[in-house]
Amino acid sequence: MFAYTIRRILMLIPVLIGMTIITFSIVHLIPGNPAQVILGENATEEQVEALEESMGLNEPYIVQYGLYVKDLLQGDLGTSLKTKSEISSEIWPYIAATFELTFFAMLFAVFIGVNAGIISAWRQNSWFDFLAMLFALVGVSMPIFWLALMEQWLFAQELGWFPAYGRQDSKDPIAAITHFYVLDSFIHLDFPRVITSLKHLVLPSIALGTIPMAIIARMTRSSMLEVMKSDYIRTVRAKGAGQFLVVYKHALRNALIPVITVIGLQTGVLLGGAILTETIFSWPGIGRYVFDAISFRDYPVIQSGILIIAFIFVIINLIVDLLYSAIDPRIKY
Amino acid sequence: MSDVLLELNNLHTHFFTDDGEIPAVDGVSFHVRKGEVVGIVGESGCGKSVTSLSIMQLIPSPPGKIVDGEINFKGENIAKASKKQMRKIRGNEIAMIFQEPMTSLNPLYSIGNQIGEAILLHEKVNKKEARQKSINLLKLVGIPRAEAVVDEYPHQLSGGMRQRVMIAMAMACDPELLIADEPTTALDVTIQAQILDLMRNLNKEKETAILLITHDLGVVAEICERVVVMYAGKVVEEGTAKEILKDPKHPYTQGLIRSLPKIHEKEQKLYSIPGTVPKPGKGKIGCRFAPRCEYAFDRCFQEDPKLLSIGNERYTRCFLYEENVGSENDHAKSNS
Ligand SMILES: Nc1ncnc2c1ncn2[C@@H]1O[C@H](COP(=O)(O)OP(=O)(O)OP(=O)(O)O)[C@@H](O)[C@H]1O
Ligand code: SF4
Ligand SMILES: [Mg+2]
Repeated sequence: MFAYTIRRILMLIPVLIGMTIITFSIVHLIPGNPAQVILGENATEEQVEALEESMGLNEPYIVQYGLYVKDLLQGDLGTSLKTKSEISSEIWPYIAATFELTFFAMLFAVFIGVNAGIISAWRQNSWFDFLAMLFALVGVSMPIFWLALMEQWLFAQELGWFPAYGRQDSKDPIAAITHFYVLDSFIHLDFPRVITSLKHLVLPSIALGTIPMAIIARMTRSSMLEVMKSDYIRTVRAKGAGQFLVVYKHALRNALIPVITVIGLQTGVLLGGAILTETIFSWPGIGRYVFDAISFRDYPVIQSGILIIAFIFVIINLIVDLLYSAIDPRIKY
Repeated sequence: MSDVLLELNNLHTHFFTDDGEIPAVDGVSFHVRKGEVVGIVGESGCGKSVTSLSIMQLIPSPPGKIVDGEINFKGENIAKASKKQMRKIRGNEIAMIFQEPMTSLNPLYSIGNQIGEAILLHEKVNKKEARQKSINLLKLVGIPRAEAVVDEYPHQLSGGMRQRVMIAMAMACDPELLIADEPTTALDVTIQAQILDLMRNLNKEKETAILLITHDLGVVAEICERVVVMYAGKVVEEGTAKEILKDPKHPYTQGLIRSLPKIHEKEQKLYSIPGTVPKPGKGKIGCRFAPRCEYAFDRCFQEDPKLLSIGNERYTRCFLYEENVGSENDHAKSNS
């Protein structure tokens, strides 16, 4: 297990190199002179030359790439063209916002999805199974923006149970430490704020978690049904084990192997591509950060944003693989 | 008859499928005495596994269901037992091993965990004691390095070793009856012999009765005292292993014996019974074996033969052995 972990981490190195080559190329794939593109059409000849000089664009590509990687290793992601500040210092709150939302959305999706899948498989063809799978079918085909708007209308506007926008009360901002607001509120021992922060998370988490929940429920159900037919489950029953032991000890662990893949994939999707939900709920996440950068042609930010999202994908893949090897003794290499 | 451990009485297990009702076990009766080794033989699809799974109430349900008959275990009809009662019996008083050693163990748990589980389910011991007992059981079934194997996972063991583990698990609570559903079919010949040896020894030492399911009459000759021959969901012949092998009565049993490879004869081509086992289906009339039987005559296609008693615990299901054997035999000859 330890050796496997080390090996798996070493295997990341080529992946990371590939990633940096791609993000590095982005600037050079933009048609025309990058400096010209960055400065816009009204820039003078001198301005363009000055920027080329400062960006090192006159150096050979290999030297430029070396400088890029060197900066990255020092935690330097470049400077935003729009805000003129260091990207590395301004990006974290956005990442934290996205992580927090994804965490709660996936918590919701996994908890409900896996359990619904188990019960559906356990009570195959029961009314619960029927309703859960109908719900899951509706869930996977749900237009998320529509769901989000309906939530806002019903639970925020009509019932007033949860706030419709943002991460916190704008009148009373938190003194952020980690920028995970629920965690920060705990650190401040400010329990009313824990509640407010959680309340802000409810609607976007449900909107974002619904599709993964539906996919996970269907996957868990079919995987459980498959496993329940297997010979070793019959062996467990032949030992005199009850249904609970059969389902939760023997079947679930085997059934989870494909489900974990789906959970990992869905987490990646949420972390990288929740622009729509983040926009509807005014959630200042990484998706919005990059999206705004695109409309401002803020290339350094786009470059860093893509690099970070890709990096998150790679890390999730790593976690999924390590989970596999923790669950399945057959995985050694 | 007080030493009878298990008695099946007119057992019917049917599958309710989209293609209709399938009587996979169609009125089966036989018994197993304490400490006895009884074989069930028959070609693939004749209902051997369904019979044994019915005893354990492990029929996949739906679509399967015991629709009629009794399964008396130690004088109690367990065909009607509650789930809770069955859980107490399974693994404790009746244990079972299966044909597929490669897939019958959970790949995610260690050998010790899986044997220990069988012990913990039925005995009041702690985990440490269960582990020690698991090691002893592994030694009992002849696994070398038992102390190491107890912490290994199924994929680290060969098929033969896994079947030994299955047997160890089955023996965990000293069952009175061990049902072995083709325990050696998936293994190669030398390993087969070792596993049969092991079962014979366990039968001798622990006095565990064994119900051995097989389609291999060679295996029967090795270890069974009595044999039940099944065809298309019905018992067609019953007797001691010696009687069945030396003096088979039913044309189907005769065919099975003729298709055994013989060491002494130079005959190259193996005999096999022509045709295939019919798919069980409801409402069929006549002897199920008739389409493949060389003695079949008109009556065989029109009427179901009854199981005839032709000696002490000796039965066969064939019109040829009714009182008027002679005349109908002649009739059969003139027909063929
Ligand atoms: N799950 C099922 N659904 C429907 N029919 C079934 C099912 N299991 C068994 N059957 C029917 O029961 C019949 C007997 O099957 P069984 O498994 O008992 O045969 P067998 O004698 O054990 O054969 P084998 O030597 O191949 O193991 C089969 O022909 C099949 O039609
Ligand atoms: S009853 Fe008829 S068909 Fe059936 S085994 Fe006897 S002779 Fe053959
Ligand atoms: Mg079988």
